[in-house]
Amino acid sequence: MTPESFFFYLLSVLALVSAVLMITRRSPVVSVLYLILNFFSLAGLYLTLNAQFIAVIQIIVYAGAIMVLFLFVVMLLRLGDETQLVETIGSRKLVGIGLSIALLVEIVYIIGFRSGDKHLAQAENAAAIGTVESIGTEMFTRFLFPFEVTSIILLAAIVGAVVLAKRDFNERTK
Amino acid sequence: MIPLHYYLALSAALFAIGVVGVLTRRNAIIVFMSIELMLNSVNLTLIAFSAYLGNSVGQILVFFVMTVAAAEAAVGLAIIIALYRNKQTVNIDEINILKW
Repeated sequence: MTPESFFFYLLSVLALVSAVLMITRRSPVVSVLYLILNFFSLAGLYLTLNAQFIAVIQIIVYAGAIMVLFLFVVMLLRLGDETQLVETIGSRKLVGIGLSIALLVEIVYIIGFRSGDKHLAQAENAAAIGTVESIGTEMFTRFLFPFEVTSIILLAAIVGAVVLAKRDFNERTK
Repeated sequence: MIPLHYYLALSAALFAIGVVGVLTRRNAIIVFMSIELMLNSVNLTLIAFSAYLGNSVGQILVFFVMTVAAAEAAVGLAIIIALYRNKQTVNIDEINILKW
């Protein structure tokens, strides 16, 4: 087994196991921690695909910023006493799992094993396109306009989050 | 070398796990985290195609997906905080005022 296939299988198993644990744990804090583990293993998979910049961004933005936000909210809401939150085990849960398995079979059939023998190896320039230099060049030339538009999205998100989470917003504006 | 469809099958499996989380869990925060998991599985698909086709556009798109995901997480968590303040619960079975 070559090192790269070893890392692929290791990280895949880690990602799948942590994802399953994430959706099955009762406590939201434990779920958040498993999701962070999942994001780290995905960052490792990005490295096996020669996407260094995205792998670093994945750890800094996702595992760092976004998941800390989640952890913060979980702890703010005192969900510790909601671990006994009523989780109905019934026909709806079985239907949900059945639908998901059908979806998985469908996706794997269509995009996975119909691709045949094409794309057995990464492209020759795969290592060159994942660098900060290559991504930055593309981002600030071809994709400059979308890049600037994301700043408007972030501004809207900041304003929206402040407005939604502000306590007694209506009382104060009266 | 790992063939491309291994990565696609892995990301399909992660996506399906995310769908299971959305359909079966009743805690709004865990439903929200399952959505993040689904976004990440799609990112894996984009990066796999980017590496195997030798085209950097996929990685640029992942960058934008991450930006939108950060905005979505901030707004979504603010909505959950507002819901919790009004209803004292994050159980999505009890938050059904938009359902008739």
